[in-house]
Amino acid sequence: MAINKDGNAYTFGFSIALVVVVGVVLSSLSIGLEPLKKANVAVKKKMDILSAIGVESTRKNGEELYKEYVEDSYVISTDGEVQKDLPKEKTAFYLDVKKQYRDKNIKPEDRLYPIFEATKDGNKVFVLPVVGKGLWGPIWGYIALKDDYKTIAGVSFDHQGETPGLGAEIKQDFFEEQFEGEKIAKNGSYAGIEVVKNGSGTEPQKVDGITGGTITSKGVEEMVNRTMKVYQKYFSKK
Amino acid sequence: MSETEENLKKPKEPLFSKKNKKLITDPLSDNNPITIQVLGICSALAITVQVEQAFWMSISVVFVMVFGNLIVSLLRNLIPSRVRIIVQLVIVASLVIIVNEMLKAFVPDVSEKLSVFVGLIITNCIIMGRFEAFAMSNKPFPSILDAIGNALGYAWILLAVAFVREVFGSGKIWGYEIFGSNLPGEESGLYEMGYMNNNLMILPPMALIVVGIIIWIQRTQNKDLVEEH
Repeated sequence: MAINKDGNAYTFGFSIALVVVVGVVLSSLSIGLEPLKKANVAVKKKMDILSAIGVESTRKNGEELYKEYVEDSYVISTDGEVQKDLPKEKTAFYLDVKKQYRDKNIKPEDRLYPIFEATKDGNKVFVLPVVGKGLWGPIWGYIALKDDYKTIAGVSFDHQGETPGLGAEIKQDFFEEQFEGEKIAKNGSYAGIEVVKNGSGTEPQKVDGITGGTITSKGVEEMVNRTMKVYQKYFSKK
Repeated sequence: MSETEENLKKPKEPLFSKKNKKLITDPLSDNNPITIQVLGICSALAITVQVEQAFWMSISVVFVMVFGNLIVSLLRNLIPSRVRIIVQLVIVASLVIIVNEMLKAFVPDVSEKLSVFVGLIITNCIIMGRFEAFAMSNKPFPSILDAIGNALGYAWILLAVAFVREVFGSGKIWGYEIFGSNLPGEESGLYEMGYMNNNLMILPPMALIVVGIIIWIQRTQNKDLVEEH
């Protein structure tokens, strides 16, 4: 019996077969590559943390250097209290701060804030993750504070899909380096960082924004100040 | 020529006959998917700010296009005609997901650079266009050649536009400064003399203008391409 290729039965049969084949291929590929992808993401996170304290690492030595520099990590609440006995996915390294920021079911006051304690050249540095909104999507980064709890030792920012050449420049060294040495506290209270238009960034607590990338620059400002205020609660108790 | 003669002649057609060569060379110039058929403009606009991104995008498109055309061509006698567009869409979407997964697992740095743009390959009308116009009615080998030709035709326009935009918009090629440093306070090279990057180059409209200039040059070179009105 010849198959009628224009018939409904053939059309349905073909579609079902195609979907099953494609589904099996794609899901087995995804599951098969899962460990590799997870490892890549974890190494990237370690590289970002190291980058904030000014240690350049590659995917190869990221793991090793992380063990060398980062000594302790813990999680604090919005009140600045250290949280103990958390499940694994809520411990400092595994806590997904991006997901937590995005999740509308988690109230802002219920968010958890990880702290990574590292030692570089004999000095203690606190690495603090920050998450915020850019123009097109999420932006995030790590801020390293010196052990006076108010001087920024270094930062590393990243983004998902900011405009190349404009907002995407927040991850470039020239932008990040401006934050080094800025003080986020003045006379004992939180002062904040202001991202300003080109030229006046040399003043204290001000950094130059990116020309043509104003919304992303302002996003960085909002993200840094909102998160640093929370961390300041913890540091002021120390 | 009688039909039998033609049938006898067919298997003897050399692998790279004139006709097959044309499949590759045509889309590079006189039948370019971007400048002549005006397809795939959206991605020409989105990822031509930097040469590096345009390069990785081109590589991904070549992969998706070649395998897509091959698969569609192999299945061309099996695909029910009433659902052929959706079948082609499933094929291109699956290939894009495969590319994305591979990049994430094996070259995570490239995956980060392309970020969301890999997904946009699905919406590239050149790919669906070639599936429907060529692979559905041709044998696998010519389909592969057609895919290579069209993907490269797309790639070179992408790289040309990205080159112009990166040089004049950021003063760089593949991320390397060519006019000197333009960091505030430590200008060097051309910037020291007062040169400034053209920020318009970085904005999307400039991609269209650059593509327009390429179309203009192409049509002054080859008058056959100019439509009569």
